[in-house]
Amino acid sequence: MAMTPRRKRLVLFGSVLLGVAISAGIATLAFRDNLQYFYNPSEVAAGKVPAGKRFRVGGMVPKGSIHRETGSLTVNFEVTDFEHTVKISYSGVLPDLFREGQGIIAHGKLDNQGVFVADEVLAKHDEKYMPPEVRDSLKKTHTPDAPAPAAGANQS
Amino acid sequence: MATWTWFHKLGSPPHVYRIAGRFAPWFGWGALLCIVYGLFGGLVLAPPDYQQKDAFRIIYVHAPAAWLSLSCYTAMAVAAFVGLVWRMKIAHAAAAALAPVGASFAFVCLATGSLWGRPMWGTWWEWDARLTSQLILLFLYLGYMALRSAHDDLQRADRSSAVLAIVGVVNVPIIHYSVYWWNSLHQGATVMKADRPSMPTEMLVPLLVMFLGFTLFQLWVLCTRLRAEILDRERNARWLQEQLREGA
Repeated sequence: MAMTPRRKRLVLFGSVLLGVAISAGIATLAFRDNLQYFYNPSEVAAGKVPAGKRFRVGGMVPKGSIHRETGSLTVNFEVTDFEHTVKISYSGVLPDLFREGQGIIAHGKLDNQGVFVADEVLAKHDEKYMPPEVRDSLKKTHTPDAPAPAAGANQS
Repeated sequence: MATWTWFHKLGSPPHVYRIAGRFAPWFGWGALLCIVYGLFGGLVLAPPDYQQKDAFRIIYVHAPAAWLSLSCYTAMAVAAFVGLVWRMKIAHAAAAALAPVGASFAFVCLATGSLWGRPMWGTWWEWDARLTSQLILLFLYLGYMALRSAHDDLQRADRSSAVLAIVGVVNVPIIHYSVYWWNSLHQGATVMKADRPSMPTEMLVPLLVMFLGFTLFQLWVLCTRLRAEILDRERNARWLQEQLREGA
């Protein structure tokens, strides 16, 4: 088939786009780990985290795991991905959404006892939205796909 | 091929100038209606969220702005590609007309997200995959516009900026899937996914109306800006002088 100038340009810019797409794909695969914003507790348990360095760990705060030390701002709690759990100690102001059953991300370092000492705690929000009444009725009927009951969800 | 006549007609500046002028008011008034209704529905009628209370209402601006910043870029890249391959000047004009609109939406998306992130996440800004790739999108828009204005010759500006627009389009799927490919602080999609939206109808309807309103607004701005681009590019053309003499 004869290559008209237009067909030549089509092939040229088509292959430019394809080449860029492929290299972007390879680059994102190569930097997969560097682009992770946080590690899961399972990855921490498997020792996949950078040793002796600061990193972020994210997961859900299980029910009954929050303990506040009296007379200080220090809070001890856990995060879990339902397979492994990481103990976290944090001293400072917590975000409004921090509560049991909430996804959070902590930034800090593991100490010798395997406790993650955090200097920053962020709340991770999920993509679900619902009015308070719906949420209350879900809690009463214990629908399995309702979010885990959270302490203080009803304060207003 | 008769089926392609509509495509070839789109290459004709007088035709596009007329078409854009005819559609612009429909898009503009449609956008105004949708945005007024969507804002009222989202800010007043919709119930508050059980967790975020009223703060969730920023989604009615943030999500449509994000959607428009992505669709604008995709449209810009397609127009640039058509402009390069078919040597269609109108397509380059359309790409040039789209860039500032998309850049504004990308900025609105980042700014509203930051305002929401401070109380909800506890931070204004984090270098997670979604936030970073969206910031790159804004820089791509700005780079595209800077590259255009760096050339005095219109044809060179068209062609070199078009290559940048095409190369940058790989960022669009990266932005969309960043929250699934990597652990990120930003949550996954509420509406733009194959599943049912994770939102009840009374919250969803105003949001969808806002999506439609923003899209119509973008089309209105595109028509208006494209006409201005055509006026500028065709200022010496006979058809334009005749049209202006007729007072149309």
